[in-house]
Amino acid sequence: MSHQGKIAAVPAGDPMLPRLFRVETLRRELSDTVTLTLKAEDGGAFPFLPGQFNMLYGFGVGEVPISISGDPAAPDVLCHTIRAVGKVSSALAALKPGDSVGVRGPFGAPWPIQECYGSDVLILGGGVGLAPLRPAIHAVFAEREKFGNLVILYGARTPEDILFFKELKAWRSRFDVTCQVTVDRVTGAWNGRVGVVTQLIKGGGFDRPHTRALVCGPEVMMRFAIQALNEHGISDDRIYLSVERNMKCAVGFCGHCQFGAAFVCKDGPVFRFDRIRDAFRTREL
Amino acid sequence: MSSRDDPSQNKAVIDRDGLNGLIAALGRAGYRVIGPRAVDGAVVYEPVEDIGDLPAGWIDDQRGGGYRLVKSGEALLGVTLGPQSWKRYLFPPDQRLWQARRDEGGFTIIPEAAPAEPFAFLGVRACELKAMAIQDRVFGTDAAGGFADPGYVARRASAFIVAVNCGRAAGTCFCVSMDAGPRAEAGFDLALTELAGQGRDGEEKRHEFVVETGSERGAAILAGLPQRAASVQDLAAAEAVISSTTAAMGREMVPGVEALLKRSLEHRRWDEVAARCLGCANCTMVCPTCFCSTVEDVTDLSGSQAERRRKWDSCFTLDFTYIHGGSIRRETRSRYRQWMTHKLSTWHEQFGVSGCTGCGRCITWCPVGIDITEEARAIRDSEGTP
Amino acid sequence: MAETEGLKLLLKEAAFFQDFDDATLNLIVPHVTARTFDAGQYILHDGDPADCFYLLRHGTVAIELAAPPRGRLVLQTLTEGDLLGWSWLVPPYRWSFDARAVSLVRCLALDARRLRTLSEQNHDFGYALLQRYVRVMAARLTAARLQMLDLYAPMPVSNF
Repeated sequence: MSHQGKIAAVPAGDPMLPRLFRVETLRRELSDTVTLTLKAEDGGAFPFLPGQFNMLYGFGVGEVPISISGDPAAPDVLCHTIRAVGKVSSALAALKPGDSVGVRGPFGAPWPIQECYGSDVLILGGGVGLAPLRPAIHAVFAEREKFGNLVILYGARTPEDILFFKELKAWRSRFDVTCQVTVDRVTGAWNGRVGVVTQLIKGGGFDRPHTRALVCGPEVMMRFAIQALNEHGISDDRIYLSVERNMKCAVGFCGHCQFGAAFVCKDGPVFRFDRIRDAFRTREL
Repeated sequence: MSSRDDPSQNKAVIDRDGLNGLIAALGRAGYRVIGPRAVDGAVVYEPVEDIGDLPAGWIDDQRGGGYRLVKSGEALLGVTLGPQSWKRYLFPPDQRLWQARRDEGGFTIIPEAAPAEPFAFLGVRACELKAMAIQDRVFGTDAAGGFADPGYVARRASAFIVAVNCGRAAGTCFCVSMDAGPRAEAGFDLALTELAGQGRDGEEKRHEFVVETGSERGAAILAGLPQRAASVQDLAAAEAVISSTTAAMGREMVPGVEALLKRSLEHRRWDEVAARCLGCANCTMVCPTCFCSTVEDVTDLSGSQAERRRKWDSCFTLDFTYIHGGSIRRETRSRYRQWMTHKLSTWHEQFGVSGCTGCGRCITWCPVGIDITEEARAIRDSEGTP
Repeated sequence: MAETEGLKLLLKEAAFFQDFDDATLNLIVPHVTARTFDAGQYILHDGDPADCFYLLRHGTVAIELAAPPRGRLVLQTLTEGDLLGWSWLVPPYRWSFDARAVSLVRCLALDARRLRTLSEQNHDFGYALLQRYVRVMAARLTAARLQMLDLYAPMPVSNF
């Protein structure tokens, strides 16, 4: 299993030692999701590639892998969108500006931005899965002329759970991108689409033999999304997904994130689907 | 350095006094000498001060789910493998990674101080040398992922290794079929072959060790010991020891196991072994190459000091694969399959070698005697049958 | 006739009708009319006879259910290329949901009674139509199941 792209500079020395960062701002995105912007205590920048993640450490509580959700062209500020689902993520989501956070990273194989040059790009996100995709969207916009059509499809639970609402609106208003949003269920007034995100694929906007798809969301959603993408003529070797597994070290030492022969922390989390298709379909691998 | 080109090169013979001298010389050179000791009915790796600490006259009787020491012969190193491996020292079961202290600005990380005095490992078997080389690929500077564990690298580089060529095959060994022994080929500073009580007609009983040099620092230590040159008969006797051990293997791993397991992920044998497996994780604890770990973050009562510890973990635990909502590998079947297919199959893809050295510990220390050679054979023999 | 040819072209635009041969399309076209609905207008009501089904060409339609006291609940929205309505295939041929035009909707209305009769008389035709409609319903069922799973739901916070 080889890396699928370049990996940004890794801190030399002990990969288990965190670097200290301070919370600059905290933005509440949803009832259970916040975006933290962090700045390094030593003032240094944090270059990363879209799709990579960090291990974030909350003092005395623990560490958890969180995808970087910011703009790779703005490495002075480190951005993480955190959903409170466990003890550590809840503690991180409760941080205030000025609080300290330990950061180890960046880790992992990134979204294949260069491989998408010359292709139509279809970005398919579900729930908080839009967060690891946002840096890829920034990267495509940054070199917009190198890509064909750009289609962003996003599904959320309810209208109140639409992540990055303002940005989605801004993307929708651009002339060089197609952006569709749907919700699984409606609460109150909503004139938009209702239904699973896979149904947005048939809306087209992409030239199937020249399209690459980047997919991120709950595993069941990704499984059905890939099926729908196949039905719409996009083959497995043109579909990339971001996989999630238990991680304790993020550097291939602890063994927890193994998925077949792959270590999700270093061979992933972004995988080209044809390379992990068999593993993906094996129950409880 | 190959000992086959000129057999008498870099080989000497020392006696029991010489071995004592070796332990003392290593101590004077600043090493903590660790060697086999019989404690509570098993052979463990603990500090040794002289040959009196070694398990003289003991051998081990091992089988699936069974281990005991019995008195037999006079060899000092007649035992083979106990429940511990050298990973206990190179990759400690519990280590502090760093501490953190709250201050006005937030908190500060305090890294650990430099490692303690180096180890000298006395009595490292060929399979154990191979296990160390395997773990080097996980944690070392040329590790597959590009990350190295500096603590491991430092401990490994400074460790002085006195290997020993096994005089017997224990009941569960299969190093030959894993190409991991019984001859210690490389990766040692000195290698011993014990010739105990060997007396042919007319020859007097003796207790000596043929010593092979494997490095410059090994040669330097050996130079200070009372010794004599190895004669042709000494070398022949040493070879005979290795040959007889090689011939005494009671088990073998089926060839082609890497590909076999890769295509057998849904074989019904996994259900059968799962019915026996207790998920106790003994196999992973005694295995010399298993490297899984977890981290633990703790604070003191005041909440102002925290530390992060790294501890051995096992893929057999239910929460090993926990992500929010539940574990990926819920069934024992999936966890057993993970361990065995990792060890014998996917390890190749990850690290370029097999993860198994044929040491047999997992068979001996499994409370229900599950034998991976038997499981592999059963999968192969029933492949394709409904 | 120009109008018939025009309708046939519109039918063929839709993925659903794309692989029908010309002869079969000629059987269907006489029973097709172009319709337009204003935003907010109801296209069909729960309980009404399912005499017509629709191929959406432009706009968004919400499948709705009145569920007192919670009010009107939108279950799913359909857009260009989607087929609206399957109760016309299942006795007693009455709609089980409401369908409301969310935006201006342009569609083709197909006469369900005529097509049912045609299918009974011409089993080959009936099979071709049903075979394709089953796929549409399978996709709706899968989508409904995914919605049921509530995949983006928050997890109970654990201690791990």
